[in-house]
Amino acid sequence: MEPILIEGTPKTPTITFNAESGKLEIKGRSIPENSIEFYKPMVDWLEEYGKSPSDKTEVNIQLEYFNTSSSKCILDVFKKLESISKSEKSQVTINWYYEEDDEDMLEAGEDYQSILHIPFKMIEIND
Amino acid sequence: MFDLNTWFTKATKGNVIMTYQGEITAELITNVLSSLEDRLEQTNEDSKVKKKVYNVLVESLQNLYHHIDEAPSDINLDKNFAIFVVSRYGEGYKINTGNFVRRSRVKMIKDRLDQINYLNKEELKSLYKMILNNEEFSPKGGGGLGMIDIARKSGNKLEYEFINYNQEYSFFSLSVLIAD
Repeated sequence: MEPILIEGTPKTPTITFNAESGKLEIKGRSIPENSIEFYKPMVDWLEEYGKSPSDKTEVNIQLEYFNTSSSKCILDVFKKLESISKSEKSQVTINWYYEEDDEDMLEAGEDYQSILHIPFKMIEIND
Repeated sequence: MFDLNTWFTKATKGNVIMTYQGEITAELITNVLSSLEDRLEQTNEDSKVKKKVYNVLVESLQNLYHHIDEAPSDINLDKNFAIFVVSRYGEGYKINTGNFVRRSRVKMIKDRLDQINYLNKEELKSLYKMILNNEEFSPKGGGGLGMIDIARKSGNKLEYEFINYNQEYSFFSLSVLIAD
């Protein structure tokens, strides 16, 4: 399966989805006006990936900012991962990174954690 | 009777960091955010506060971008006209936005803001999660999550005012205080 590699911009994150290694990364800022359009390829990719995923899927989310329009799309990404996890075809872990003093980002991760049934790890980044 | 200049003079009384009057486009939002970031970078402000100011401005501007009504035709303004002012306010920051809304929408917006202001921190968190998880979003935006997010990030009540402009329009003024 072809990986997804998308360079970040001031409003959109860097995306690296690799089916072979099972490593998925969303990093940077996610504040586009049209989030649905931006996230569609990732949601479609996960749909396909879910058919024969890697034994382990490690998801690294390291966002500096994200807007409410992205929040639903990120949840859609997580819901796809949740169904992969439930299918027991892959052991899915989500690592949610937040900067040391960024309580809002930690809380945002906890919001997702409480909605989803999927292992979440909160990882503090120290400068 | 509402007067734009009077409103603007009042809104820019304080220690203004940036201000804008005109059409709200995606490009404008990109530029404004980048310049706000530069301005905040020059201060030795706590990074936590900087992030909150940035976040609240993102949501405020994108709310305008997605939901703004056309300005009344009797004043010569851009189609997606809005004003915003970012200023220092005591130890914190204040973000003021102003835009015209059709009077038929005033009650709906007012009810929404009153509901948000009535809720405490935990209740806002629950409401946010409920909307996030249950409601279908339109391609336009987050199903009302923007205002809730602004209230959560600022930690303060949303101050607002609707000023009658004419039979068809009111001017909606919103002020958000961000302080540590």
